[in-house]
Amino acid sequence: MSVAIDTIETMFDYGSMAPAAATLVESSPARASVRELQARIRSMQAATLDSRLVPTHPAIASLLPGGGLKQGATYSVAPSATLLMTLLAAPSQAGSWCAVVGMPEFGAEAAAGFGVDLERLVLVPDPGEQWLAVTAAMADAMSIVVTRPPKRTSDGNLARLSARLRQRGSTLIVMGSWPQSEAMLSLSDSAWSGIGAGHGHLAARQATVTVSTRLGGAPRSARVWLPDPELRVTRVLPPAESASATPAGSAASAVATDYLRAV
Amino acid sequence: MSAPVLRSMVLWVPDWPVIAAVRVGKAAADAPLALIDRGIVFACSAAARAEGVKRGLRVREAQARCPALVVLPYEQQLDHRSFDAVIEAIEAVMPGVQHLRPGVCAVRVRGPARYFGGEKAAGLALLAVLDELGVAGSRVGIADGPFTAEQAARSATAARRVRVVPEGASAEFLGPLPISLIESPALVTLLRRLGITTLAEFAALPADDVLGRFGEGGAQLHALSGGLDSRPIIPRVPPDELDARVGFEPPLDRVDQVTFGVRSIADEFIQALVGHRLVCTALRVEIDTELGDYSERSWLHPRSFTASDVVDRVRWQLQGSAEVDAGLRSGVTAVRIVPEAVDAIGNHEAGLFGRGPDERVHHALSRVQSMLGHAGVVTAVVSGGRTLADRQVTVPWGDRPLLTRNPQQPWPGQLPRPAPGTVFPTPHPVHVLASDGSAVEVDSRGTLSAAPARFSPAASGRGLREITAWAGPWPVAERWWDADTARRSDRFQVVDASGVAWLLVLEAGHWSAEARYD
Repeated sequence: MSVAIDTIETMFDYGSMAPAAATLVESSPARASVRELQARIRSMQAATLDSRLVPTHPAIASLLPGGGLKQGATYSVAPSATLLMTLLAAPSQAGSWCAVVGMPEFGAEAAAGFGVDLERLVLVPDPGEQWLAVTAAMADAMSIVVTRPPKRTSDGNLARLSARLRQRGSTLIVMGSWPQSEAMLSLSDSAWSGIGAGHGHLAARQATVTVSTRLGGAPRSARVWLPDPELRVTRVLPPAESASATPAGSAASAVATDYLRAV
Repeated sequence: MSAPVLRSMVLWVPDWPVIAAVRVGKAAADAPLALIDRGIVFACSAAARAEGVKRGLRVREAQARCPALVVLPYEQQLDHRSFDAVIEAIEAVMPGVQHLRPGVCAVRVRGPARYFGGEKAAGLALLAVLDELGVAGSRVGIADGPFTAEQAARSATAARRVRVVPEGASAEFLGPLPISLIESPALVTLLRRLGITTLAEFAALPADDVLGRFGEGGAQLHALSGGLDSRPIIPRVPPDELDARVGFEPPLDRVDQVTFGVRSIADEFIQALVGHRLVCTALRVEIDTELGDYSERSWLHPRSFTASDVVDRVRWQLQGSAEVDAGLRSGVTAVRIVPEAVDAIGNHEAGLFGRGPDERVHHALSRVQSMLGHAGVVTAVVSGGRTLADRQVTVPWGDRPLLTRNPQQPWPGQLPRPAPGTVFPTPHPVHVLASDGSAVEVDSRGTLSAAPARFSPAASGRGLREITAWAGPWPVAERWWDADTARRSDRFQVVDASGVAWLLVLEAGHWSAEARYD
């Protein structure tokens, strides 16, 4: 009850501020702050629905609207299997079941390496024409369902699927675009280390993860190790701090020499 | 030692493994057939024996002697299973049958001898049962104790198929037989080196000395060779009949019709199990068709079968990869459902409020399996191996993973971690070019023709992009001793200008992409 009252109070607070903000639209710093305030209003309003957060990897969680993956929401991931596995890892380790529908090329070994529990991972590599029915059936029981739509479906079907997701509280991750996604995650500017012109091997990668939301606002992005030389996913520290951390190159070359010795 | 020796009757079916294989339709009755166990001929048919094939030959030598030889693996389970039918038929005529091995069983003579009016008459009655079953060439021996009776059965001829050794004449009958008949290869070798070659010579040794030198086991074999076989015949307890069978007349040729027909017996099957306080965790479905085809398959269940699960398994087996309403190649005449593993129902009782999320998951997956077929829903297991396809094994939901390659072993030459996130189910052709535009090659000594400079992920060669970093070639030469499965390839990791890394394979001059690090 007290939560509800608090929420109402905060809504009134923002409601009283909105006309004041509208008078400041002309100057650009003011416009930015208006946008920020509007985003905050929306996020607080969204939180009044009964949407709980799914455990999310800390390197990515703060980029997402609401600070994590939400139950019953849909996220789209621009084709990157690594990013997908990073999203699956935390819920899977927390004991959730995950299903991957329509991705025959899903690399299970890499998933296990990123921390996805293979015992609670179910694959439907080739659902054919029935991908929507299979995805809906999976949404009944699985906490996270990953799918790659082979083609566009009608809006009616999409609405039914999202209603089902909300009702069951499972999260849908779509590889590719999706009209009603909560946020869109993409990967850019990959830089691999440990590999040179004819020597070494792929050991670590830094990439920029960008999250843009449906509701507008500036996309948020962060530089992330995907993975780092110890095969973990972490934020890339700013240069001042990273000087104290292990330099990536030396670790990668150590791995490379190990490998060469093994061969 | 001084227990009374029982008059016993032993039935011996020569070449039972061959007969069993022919009965389930694995080979024609008159074909030269050999069953192989670990590279050695375990049993062969009469036609093969006429060509010089015999037990104990290596496969290659047997095939050299008889080029038309049909070679099949020996299946012990099949032997036991099909001999059960014979024992059931005998039990219908005379009770108290002991199953010694597939192809050999023993009965106490006293009862049947009084009923049929004489020992020989009882033996003939037993043979009549076998002939009625269509098992030709079986022999019967009647003597004191099962060991002597079995030797008598083996010495019977095709003309006189019942051999009776009179009471008390066992020692006389066994005497001239070779020592190799006692089933202890180590003891046989030792006795031969001591100059003992027949059972009579072994039986003539003083019993106390044999006991002192060879222990309890040796003393027992000594008693056997003297015709003093005091082992009792322990009749088997017939197991409860839990199988369910349904016949279709006229034969049905559509999957949905058969599935509908199976529904009622699936209910009865589960009810019967519940009546015995059992649940079934593995079952075998056997399907007979009009053209004489026979299909059988074992199905496992992660928990226990319900009636609708049983119906699903029958449908999947009929369906194979075809659609639900597809026609079958020939009409189905009968379906049999046999429980392979049962468990006490107490271990599988659902809790008062269900068993939480796992049960929900299982229901959802079963529903998807009934849409897409058994192999449509899989879980993945990391296996051993060098190629990525080898290292990733998918197991249909409900089956047990069967790993042939141990992931704990080192597998030198496997890829360094991290593993690629996208593994193409079938590697697709790509183009890798040197800076002068020529294709990059690797010679037989593993030397690159030129450094890879540009790369196109499409088979057509479009979308050419610069390579910013690369590593390789990493040669993989697998199973070079076997021409059929030998594989020689070189692997490369390349990073293209957009920052995407690829795992490329050069095999026999053709480049393909095996995986992508995206």
